[in-house]
Amino acid sequence: MQRPGYYGQFGGAFIPEILVATLEQLTAAFEQIKKDPSFWKEYQSLMSTYSCRPTPLTYSENLTRHFNGPHFYIKREDLNHTGAHKLNNVMGQGLVVQRMGKSRVIAETGAGQHGVATATMAAKFGFECTIYMGEVDMERQRPNVFWMEQLGATVVPVRDGARTLKDAINEALRDWATNMDTTHYVLGTVCGPHPFPEMVAYFQSIIGSEAREQMLGQVGRLPSRVYAGVGGGSNALGIFQGFLGDSEVDPVRDPSDNRSGILRFKVSNGVELVGVEAGGEGLETGRHASRLASADGSVGVAQGYKTYFLQNDDGQMLETHSVAAGLDYIGVSPILSAYHEQGRIRFEVATNNEVLKATRLTMKKEGIIPALESSHALACAFREAPEMSADDVILINLSGRGDKDIFTIADALGDESWKKFITTKAEAYSA
Amino acid sequence: MLEDYIRQRLKERGILLMAHVVVGYPDLERSFELVKAIVSAGVDVMELQIPFSEPIADGPVILNANQSALAAGIRVDDCFKFALRVTQSFDIPFLFMTYCNIVFKRGEERFFAEAKEAGIVGTIVPDIPPEEGTSYLAAAAAHGIDPIFILSPTTPPERLAYLAGFGRGFFYCVARKGITGAKTTFSTELDEFLSRCRKVTQLPLALGFGVSRKEDVDFLKGKVEIAVVGSQALRILNTDGVEAVGDFFHRLR
Repeated sequence: MQRPGYYGQFGGAFIPEILVATLEQLTAAFEQIKKDPSFWKEYQSLMSTYSCRPTPLTYSENLTRHFNGPHFYIKREDLNHTGAHKLNNVMGQGLVVQRMGKSRVIAETGAGQHGVATATMAAKFGFECTIYMGEVDMERQRPNVFWMEQLGATVVPVRDGARTLKDAINEALRDWATNMDTTHYVLGTVCGPHPFPEMVAYFQSIIGSEAREQMLGQVGRLPSRVYAGVGGGSNALGIFQGFLGDSEVDPVRDPSDNRSGILRFKVSNGVELVGVEAGGEGLETGRHASRLASADGSVGVAQGYKTYFLQNDDGQMLETHSVAAGLDYIGVSPILSAYHEQGRIRFEVATNNEVLKATRLTMKKEGIIPALESSHALACAFREAPEMSADDVILINLSGRGDKDIFTIADALGDESWKKFITTKAEAYSA
Repeated sequence: MLEDYIRQRLKERGILLMAHVVVGYPDLERSFELVKAIVSAGVDVMELQIPFSEPIADGPVILNANQSALAAGIRVDDCFKFALRVTQSFDIPFLFMTYCNIVFKRGEERFFAEAKEAGIVGTIVPDIPPEEGTSYLAAAAAHGIDPIFILSPTTPPERLAYLAGFGRGFFYCVARKGITGAKTTFSTELDEFLSRCRKVTQLPLALGFGVSRKEDVDFLKGKVEIAVVGSQALRILNTDGVEAVGDFFHRLR
């Protein structure tokens, strides 16, 4: 029998003894809410009155015309309160924290979206809040730091290691090991020790269940393919869960892939699920964050769970690279690793350049500003659309809005008037 | 064997001292000098930490030493060679302390076979609870190396009894909640915790996290068999160098 918290060979709870009792308490609280018939209703009601659930499904006519079909549909997680799917998980965990009677929440954040969502939840529920954020990410995402602080959170810069998301997770685990009596760790993605992958996937499944219903109601059919960006994997698992029952796959061994046991597959029927990882500057440069689609990932154990990591032969984690801070992470959900090995989800990459192009096209054609993380899904869909038929239907999970990326995007596009504005602003501050 | 050594040594001294060294910090040669100075100062057991990039159970001082050693290019192979060198040079038991991924990536069987060859007698891997440790425990047993488990004040009594079934050599008790290197107020809570541990195991107990002065060591005499000194020695190494660490351990006796 599969042990709880395991997905194939992945998952588990590789944690110091000091945290075992705390995770057991959390698992018990989560099991209770799953059994409680009123909980999901309470959660849905909170999300429909405090956020914008259900988020719309938008038909993207102009993109459809631009590519001469297939039909593009976009699931609008960018319209959530705080601008990304992260709030789904955070509000769910907030309700769990209330039930456990704790008074303080901590979280790690990469792009800052999860930090802002957690600070928002803490303000709403009246919890004390500390956010750990890598120093590199703080530089990339200053506006989110500003909002977290305004929302009443303490933002702690993490100066260890690569100074990005993984280091923020380590620091949050250390805080938790010291303060677990009062404190809950609001892990932001479908990673980490059991029960986090399962619990975060549970809350994010709201995306997929809505999307499936909307496809059937608005379009009258299921999509041919569903695309989602994959960092830790929470938005991807969120939407994929609505369609996992629909994919009939025919696994075949890919002779060009030298990793043993990895299956490529053809979808004979139904819905194909495509997870898009950060290709960074290109897989050939080694500067990327692709654990599953590239041949560079290997199975390991870190940060409390077993999955594919970007690591060297000794098991030391490597630095990762992406224009999108939220995808810049060494590990990936153990649940996604299991689906990867089973051939139920196909993993691809999009490079920084492809992502910026896709961001521009989506802004111009649809009037939607996607987050760079979400643009990975768009970029891959745009690349593959020409091979698809005009009858096919593509569903893209637009996990967040891109306003937060204004500095990165303006830099990448080399926008002169923006530079001038910042220079003038800086002069005014230093005067 | 480790347990016998501890009991024997305890007859000569009221309490044993266990030191901690991050292999390759600040570099391999100075690590060796450090081990030498600490052994000369009369320390009884030593943990050699194989650096890991994500040491979640370590505080800032040891974390920083792990990262510096890795940045300087230390490989796991170097740590095994280093272990062989020190076990051949000094006559106290040496343990490996590291994290799960280092053992997992090398393969449990190979890790323990090579550890045995290097003269290592025990292992402390804080992120392998017994539930996740089936192959780890089997490989340790096959090579006669003692897997040392950690008991924490947050561990409920039934779980303490469960853990007691897996430990060999001694148990490593944490004096306080949290990570290595922060100050501890030893208290009646500690006595209660230690008596819970004694109820479930006959093995010697080591107490870690926060020991930094002779008074701490004296206070622990009669309470536990081993006092663990970690972060404080590393702080002294960082500010005053190898010799000062030797003096520090002399003063703890």
